Amino acid sequence: MVKTLKMPASADELSRLKAGDTVHLSGILLTGRDAAHKRMIEYLNKGIPLPFNLENQGIYYTGPCPAGPGKIIGSCGPTTSSRMDSYAPRILDLGLKVMIGKGQRSPEVIAAMVRSGAVYLAAVGGAGALIASCVKKAEVLAFEDLGPEAVYRLEVENLPLIVAIDSQGNNLYEIGPAMYKAD
Amino acid sequence: MREISASLISQTVEELCIRACYHLGDDVVKLLKAAREREDSPFGRSVLDQIIENIKISGEKSLPLCQDTGMAVVFIELGHDVHITGGSLTEAVNQGVRRGYEKGFLRKSVLSPLKRENTGDNTPAIIHLEMVEGSKIKITAAPKGFGSENMSRLKMLKPSDGVEGVKKFVLDTVIEAGANPCPPVIVGIGIGGTMEKAALIAKKALLREAGKPNPDPETAKLEKELLEKINATGIGPQGLGGRTTALAVHIDTFPTHIAGLPVAVNMQCHAARHAEAIL
Repeated sequence: MVKTLKMPASADELSRLKAGDTVHLSGILLTGRDAAHKRMIEYLNKGIPLPFNLENQGIYYTGPCPAGPGKIIGSCGPTTSSRMDSYAPRILDLGLKVMIGKGQRSPEVIAAMVRSGAVYLAAVGGAGALIASCVKKAEVLAFEDLGPEAVYRLEVENLPLIVAIDSQGNNLYEIGPAMYKAD
Repeated sequence: MREISASLISQTVEELCIRACYHLGDDVVKLLKAAREREDSPFGRSVLDQIIENIKISGEKSLPLCQDTGMAVVFIELGHDVHITGGSLTEAVNQGVRRGYEKGFLRKSVLSPLKRENTGDNTPAIIHLEMVEGSKIKITAAPKGFGSENMSRLKMLKPSDGVEGVKKFVLDTVIEAGANPCPPVIVGIGIGGTMEKAALIAKKALLREAGKPNPDPETAKLEKELLEKINATGIGPQGLGGRTTALAVHIDTFPTHIAGLPVAVNMQCHAARHAEAIL
């Protein structure tokens, strides 16, 4: 069954998502990957307020291709989330509720997710064109000098995702492969 | 001597970079569709459906298959009887990459390793030059994304580790990689040579038609065995569980030293991009 999720979502809606659920997500997402995370942490360390509010928001780990003529955005599939693991617990403490990327997360990130009631959704790596066709609006929100690593504000419609780790810490990257491992 | 202009080389590299990032080879598409038919896992089927749909949308809407349009790896087989006029080969290739990534709306992902300052035009390319007989130039552009490149490994095994040691190293590498290299992957393996030779033949093995066995029957048998073992891990499409972790295993070998057994594993995501031209 496909569940729909409108971002920003309530804590109640997020708590109902279970690892393995298919989700079609619509609404607002921010983007951010390596360089944007590094800068966010530098700002926090220096006591500088972030130029955007992360409370109840979702971050999509992506660095899009440049938009061609007449296009809203270029290809924009997910990047490997584990590179954001060292930053993610502090970002979750700011109220971030949804992370979207690909691949396994660290135990520290999962513990922070359970603490804050956040979910981690997997997008299909390499499906950059399909995902771009779900983006209805894109604008640079902050850190424009980072080029493809800038923070964008996206409006998306029916972005296809799978709940990889839910707010109770159930992890499809553990459960799924165990089901199909041949002895 | 046959003269070939540097500008023709640039123009060819430009076209190849764009073609590789927008069009996936029929060999890979065929393997993806066959995997979709075989896949038991609902997550795996859903992921493979999206990957196949992505190829269609990429063609229809003229969008790169993946936003990680990679570092431009360019293989050149240069005939002895070719004289390049009007510039150097290296600069001609870099000029082609510069223009291809700009005109093709491809992401510029190349930066200085420690300062992390973007070069702005996706140069320099990684150029592998080989001198061959004849008066032609064969150019292959193979943009390499780093989701899969980051999960590649090289190990100098001991001769006593033997073929069992090779199998263990390959499987350990695929399992450690898990979801990160965007499975289903193609696994390029180089066995023998020196450290850099093993890595290079592993990368070159990825240029082979996907799923085509090594002409040597012993090596082909090892490819088949490793493919079965990799697909028995359960990692599955995108690491979410399933029967399809790899579409193909390509092994190439090279003689090595009496004291060594180098093995390189170059992971390639399902967007196994390469395009070639002969001038």
